[in-house]
Amino acid sequence: MEMTAFDAITNGRTADPDHRPWPRFSVDEGTWAKTADALRDGECCLLGYWGERERVNLALGTPNLSAICVLSLENVDRVFPSLAAAFPPAARLERTIREMNGLLAAGAADSRPWLNHGRWPQVPEASAPSALDPHDKYTFLPVEGESLHQIPVGPVHAGIIEPGHFRFTANGETVVRLEERLGYVHKGIEGLMAGAPLAKAAQLAGRVSGDSTVAYALAFARAVEAATETVVPERAHWLRALMAELERIANHLGDIGAICNDAAFAIMLAHCGILREQVLRATATTFGHRLMMDRIIPGGVACDLNGDGRAAIEALVARIRRKFPELVELYDNTTSLQDRTVATGILRPALAQRFACGGVIGRASGRTVDARRHPGYPPYDQLAFDVPSLIEGDVNARVWIRIREVEQSLALIEQILSRLPEGAIATDIRARAEAGAAHTEGLSLVEGFRGDILVWVRLRADGTVDRCHPRDPSWFQWPLLEAAIEGNIVADFPLCNKSFNCSYSGHDL
Amino acid sequence: MRKTLFRSIIQAPVTEAPPPADAAALAELAASVDAAALRRLGRSLAIREVDAGSCNGCELEIHALNNAFYDLERFGIRFVASPRHADVLLVTGPVTWNMREGLERTYAATPAPKWVVAVGDCGFDGGIFAGSYAVAGGVSAVVPVDLHIRGCPPTPTQLLRGLLALLNAAGQDR
Ligand code: SF4
Repeated sequence: MEMTAFDAITNGRTADPDHRPWPRFSVDEGTWAKTADALRDGECCLLGYWGERERVNLALGTPNLSAICVLSLENVDRVFPSLAAAFPPAARLERTIREMNGLLAAGAADSRPWLNHGRWPQVPEASAPSALDPHDKYTFLPVEGESLHQIPVGPVHAGIIEPGHFRFTANGETVVRLEERLGYVHKGIEGLMAGAPLAKAAQLAGRVSGDSTVAYALAFARAVEAATETVVPERAHWLRALMAELERIANHLGDIGAICNDAAFAIMLAHCGILREQVLRATATTFGHRLMMDRIIPGGVACDLNGDGRAAIEALVARIRRKFPELVELYDNTTSLQDRTVATGILRPALAQRFACGGVIGRASGRTVDARRHPGYPPYDQLAFDVPSLIEGDVNARVWIRIREVEQSLALIEQILSRLPEGAIATDIRARAEAGAAHTEGLSLVEGFRGDILVWVRLRADGTVDRCHPRDPSWFQWPLLEAAIEGNIVADFPLCNKSFNCSYSGHDL
Repeated sequence: MRKTLFRSIIQAPVTEAPPPADAAALAELAASVDAAALRRLGRSLAIREVDAGSCNGCELEIHALNNAFYDLERFGIRFVASPRHADVLLVTGPVTWNMREGLERTYAATPAPKWVVAVGDCGFDGGIFAGSYAVAGGVSAVVPVDLHIRGCPPTPTQLLRGLLALLNAAGQDR
């Protein structure tokens, strides 16, 4: 068998003994450059990219995520070779590494600040003394040409949504360029996690992006459990999946309604809003919190499913099974609505592939990755489900993927309820101090409703968090919105944006 | 399409009876918000929501106020697109340093009389994000706050309850 680029990068290397479950290798600049080429040529995909005081880490996967590893450049003295020079999807991450860790990617085309708006009274620990002078004006990309005009929007938007700035350059009605500027809701979560006890860090993880609190709590817990080699009780795995699928359904319902509403089809929002509210009421009954915050903890789950909870979820599933098909039919049969969604905001499959774009956005543009399947985690290996995929890449395709995923999640919940194992719901996290390791590191990849969430964590011997890096799927989706809107009319932006529904908070961190 | 619309007309409201305690609180709140709104604000209260650094959890519950179960608009309370049209700023999140100016300018753009409601534990004092280099603090660290609605996130019912309390307090001020 021919050796893949991934094998060529990793073969024959000795992995760090304290990194789990996938290996972490220290590499030299030669391998780093080879990796940049493999990324550029699409032979590997970028899963995460983050800095530390003197180290830059890169989570790398094969295109279908059948194999994953972390590569580290150690002893970086302020400057390291840019990946973005060959592979632009890494650009915003390198800009962030510079701000957060004071390490400069040499050779990158774009070295403007990203999350740092020059307003922090003090810069993050170990960061460059001044990534941005507060008096510097951020320079947007230049635009030249006749009859072009610019429309700046945000950070405060007209609706009840998160803040961010969009700068449109338009030729009449048509968008010729969108440039995003994000970072407004940067809360310094990684900084707060450093040194935090496990329980506090788990709560922070669950608030990286509140709409994905279950997925983030799960990703954090799985990374910690990997690092400490904690074996979670079987029932906990199943209850986690139950919560995760409920979260997925609630969010997809909200998105389907909101997308249609942005095409002035409010009845869909009203009906989806009712179903979404019913999901949240069932989760409140079952798990004691509408969004299920803090219900997944390292070691298991914080609350069990009792008879009332089971009844509430069974009733919920039955109701959605009854009501949802009518809404799908309504969407399918309303040509005036499809007139807005079909062929609008097309994301080309090649571009989705290049950015290793996950979630609904990726799967509406030909990707078939789903972290529940690859790399996979329990109990999904024991459950039957499809990973829907379309090739059109327009708003319509993103609506249909959401519709299909709601149906898949309903089927998953039914399987979980009928086969839920008995037993304990949590176990203690093993402190690995006795094992003699000063640090232990864990990595996880979990499928949230937006796509794959990566969490990397390093724990100290006393069990506190030394460093944690949560990577939102939106990092690899926001840049694609800039591409998808090109050539569309300005008035279709809300529709395109909603169909992407990237996270601001998860990205800004 | 017509089928769905027609069915919506002939069917009983899709709103189902919520759990008893909830329903009682809702009914009670519904009646008083309505009466107070009429008295104090000429039947309408315009709210401009500002996310000053939230995790988006609070936004989800604020959104829920518009669904058929809570149907905020029946009280004459509605969300508006511009601070210039607003009586109330509903502010979420710990205020990040990067959003501080955005919040200040939104506040300045809102005509008096105006009220500020800080939503969530984060809006109260920065919540779990307090102490970060990137966070200025709770909402009151940046603009004067008339009411805090705690919770992480507060439920739609708690939000409704809070809006009522605001109406009463605003009446006393005048
Ligand atoms: S109060 Fe809770 S839900 Fe609201 S912004 Fe803060 S962490 Fe998120």
